[in-house]
Amino acid sequence: MRKTKYLAAALLLSSTVSASANDELMSMMDDPNQWVIQTGDYANQRYSELDQINKDNVSDLQVAWTFSTGVLRGHEGSPLVIGDVMYVHTPFPNIVYALDLTDEGKIIWKYEPKQDPDVIPVMCCDTVNRGVAYADGKIFLHQADTTVVALNADTGAVEWSVMNGDAAVGETNTATVLPVGDKVIVGISGGEFGVRGSVTAYNIADGTQAWRAYSMGPDSDILVDPETTTHLGEPVGVDSGINTWEGDQWKIGGGTTWGWYSYDPDENLVYYGTGNPSTWNPAQRPGDNRWSMTIMARDADTGMAKWFYQMTPHDEWDYDGINEMILTDQEIDGVERKLLTHFDRNGLGYTLDRITGELLVAEKFDPAVNWTTGVDMDPNSDTYGRPAVVAEYSTEQNGEDVNSTGICPAALGSKDQQPAAYSPETELFYVPTNHVCMDYEPFRVSYTAGQPYVGATLAMYPAPDSHGGMGNFIAWDNKAGEIVWSVPEQFSVWSGALATAGDVVFYGTLEGYLKAVDAATGEELYKFKTPSGIIGNVMTYTQGGKQYVAILSGIGGWAGIGLAAGLTNPNDGLGAVGGYAALSDYTALGGQMTVFALPD
Amino acid sequence: MRNFALTLGTAALMSVGQATFAQDDMTNIDAAYSEDGRYYTEEDIPTFNIAEDGTIDWLTYSGFRRYHSECHVCHGPEGEGSSYAPALKNSAIEMDYYDFVDVVVNGRQRINAAENSVMPAFGDNPNVMCYLDDIYVYLKARGVEAVPRGRPGAKEAKSDVIREDENACLG
Repeated sequence: MRKTKYLAAALLLSSTVSASANDELMSMMDDPNQWVIQTGDYANQRYSELDQINKDNVSDLQVAWTFSTGVLRGHEGSPLVIGDVMYVHTPFPNIVYALDLTDEGKIIWKYEPKQDPDVIPVMCCDTVNRGVAYADGKIFLHQADTTVVALNADTGAVEWSVMNGDAAVGETNTATVLPVGDKVIVGISGGEFGVRGSVTAYNIADGTQAWRAYSMGPDSDILVDPETTTHLGEPVGVDSGINTWEGDQWKIGGGTTWGWYSYDPDENLVYYGTGNPSTWNPAQRPGDNRWSMTIMARDADTGMAKWFYQMTPHDEWDYDGINEMILTDQEIDGVERKLLTHFDRNGLGYTLDRITGELLVAEKFDPAVNWTTGVDMDPNSDTYGRPAVVAEYSTEQNGEDVNSTGICPAALGSKDQQPAAYSPETELFYVPTNHVCMDYEPFRVSYTAGQPYVGATLAMYPAPDSHGGMGNFIAWDNKAGEIVWSVPEQFSVWSGALATAGDVVFYGTLEGYLKAVDAATGEELYKFKTPSGIIGNVMTYTQGGKQYVAILSGIGGWAGIGLAAGLTNPNDGLGAVGGYAALSDYTALGGQMTVFALPD
Repeated sequence: MRNFALTLGTAALMSVGQATFAQDDMTNIDAAYSEDGRYYTEEDIPTFNIAEDGTIDWLTYSGFRRYHSECHVCHGPEGEGSSYAPALKNSAIEMDYYDFVDVVVNGRQRINAAENSVMPAFGDNPNVMCYLDDIYVYLKARGVEAVPRGRPGAKEAKSDVIREDENACLG
C-alpha cells in the first residue's frame, strides 16, 4: 500500500531532518487516506477529499469497531492515522496507543509517561489533551506537565524529551504541537495562574530549543522588529509588549498559547492566537495589555513576528484569542486573496489577509453577542480595528465588586477551541458554537505563584430570548460575514467539525451523538449516540480502500464544569432554577473511540 | 498569609483522629450565636444565617463570590460538582469542619486505575485561605438548600471586624 511506503520513507529520513522531511509531511497531509496531524493539514481546514461516505449514503453508517482508552476524563483532539497505524492519545496521564489497523486494532505499543499528579489541579478546566502529531518518523506528544516528547512511531521508544515549562508556577499544557520544517512548535497553558504565555520552537532532530517568543515583555522576548512588525499596517514601535501595561503586571500577564497552530508554507508563516491577560479583574491591569488576545503571524525559522492583530484590547470578559486560524485561498471582488478566518471567543468572526494582516471582515457569528456594537473598520479612524464596547456590559466601566449582568457571550466564548471546518466546495465554514451568556463580577486578587489567579465571579446560562439551548452548529460565509444556516443544539457544541468531499459535515454533541449534516443545508442525515459526551474532533481515513470516520467520546473539559450540573439564570428568579437541562441527565464519564463505516 | 497561620495550626491538630460523619441533626447547621457579623453553631463551628426576611449573612454572600472565583472551575457552579470533581455542597455537610479545612489546606490525591483526582493544597493561597470560612458556610447553606442556586439576594452589610480581618489577612 502506498501509505506504508510513505511511512517507510519518512522513517528512512529520520536521521537527516531537512526541508525534504517537511515535503514528506506535506505530501502525507495531501493524502486523504491518512490523518497525520490533529488539524488534518497546515491550513487547519479539517476538510477531507474522501467521498465514499456521502450525503446520499451516510444514513447507512454503522459502528465498525470501538476502543476504550482506559481513562475517564475529558477526551479532546482525535486519533491520527499514519499508513496502517492509528495513534490514540488520552487525557492525563497522556497515554499513547499505536493500533494496528491491519490486525483489528491490536495494540502495537503503548506509551504511558510518569507525571507528577500535582499537575492535575493546576490545569484549569480538566486534564484534557488535544492530541499527538506526526513528523519525520516520530509521534510528538506534549504532556500535561509540559514535557514535549518525541516517540519513535514504530516502537514508541522515547527519542528525546524536553521540559517546556514549570508546573509549579502553573505552567501546563493541553494543546497539540505543530511540526513545521525541521522544528516542532509548542504552546503553553496557565492564563488563570498568571503565566506569561510563550510559543517555543524545538528542533525535531534532537529537541534543542530553536526560538521562543513571549506574548508580552521586551522586544527581545516577544521577537518583534519595532519598524517592520505591524499592527493593522502600522509598525508596532519600541516596547509594544510593555508600554500598554502598568508596572510589572506584564510579567504575570497571561496571553497563553493553548490553541491551534496553522502554517502557510509559501509565506513560511506560523499563525496562532494568544489568550486572556491575567487577572480576570480588568481594574488590576490598566491599558490595552498587548499582546494578549492577539492573532500572530511569525516566521517559522526565526519566530520573528511579521504582523499582529489585537482583537480584544484590555479584555474584560476572558475572551481568549486562541481559537484556530483557518487558511484559505478565495476570491474577493474578483481578486484571489490569501485569507485567514478566525472565530473568536469574543463572538466575532474575523477574515484577514494573512500576508499583510489587513482586517477585511469582523462580524458577529452569534446574534446573541452584545458586549460590542462592532469593530471600527475605517482605516483612517483613531479606533481602527477596535471593538466598540457597550458600557452596560463593560466589567471595567461598571467597576470592581459590581456584578455586570446579561453579557453575551459567556467567558467560554461564542466558540472555544473546538475547531471549525471549511469546505472549498461550498466555501462555507462549519462552526461549533456556544450560545451561553453570563454575569461577571470582578474583584481584587493577589498573586501567588502556582495558585489560581482569577479575580472574578461568574454565572453562566443559556442565551436569553432564544431557542433555550446552549449551542448552535452554524455555516458561515467569511466574505460576507454572515450566518448561512444555523442548527440549534440543546448543549454547547464542543466537538471539532469535519467537512468532506461527500458533501457531509460531521460533528459531535455533549450528549454523545455523532451527527452528520448536509453541507449545503444543515439538514440532519445521521446520528448515533456514543457511550459518553463528545468534546473530541471528528476525523476520517481509509483502511484497505474503505473510508472510516472516528471520534473520541469522554465528557469533560470546560463543558464538564458547568454543564454537568446544568446551568441556571440567576436573573430568572426562583421559578426557573433547575429548569435548564443538566448534561448529567444524558451522559456519564467515559473514554472511548468509536469508528464508523458503511456496511460492506 | 500571616493571620491564618494560627487557624491552620489549630485545624491540622484537631483534624487528627476525627471521623467524617453524616449530619443527622441540625446541631452542625443551626446558628446558635453571632459575633461581629459571623455566625457559629453551639459547638463554635462557622455556619450561615438567614434572617426571617431572607437576608443572608455577609460571609455566605462573600463565600458565593469566592467559591465562584477559586473553586468552581473544578467543582462546578454553586457547589453542584462537575464531571471530574465532587459536589462540595455535599462535602460541606458530610465532612467535619476540621476535615474540610484540612483538605483545603493540605490537598488530597486519589490516583488509581479508575481515578486521576487531585485536590491541590491551598494553604498558601490568600484568595482561598482568607475566605475559607466564607466558602465553607456558603457551601453548607447550599448543602441544606437554605440558599438556592444562583446569586444570593439581600445580604447583611460587611462588619468592620470582618473588613479589618480581611485586610490583615490579605496583607
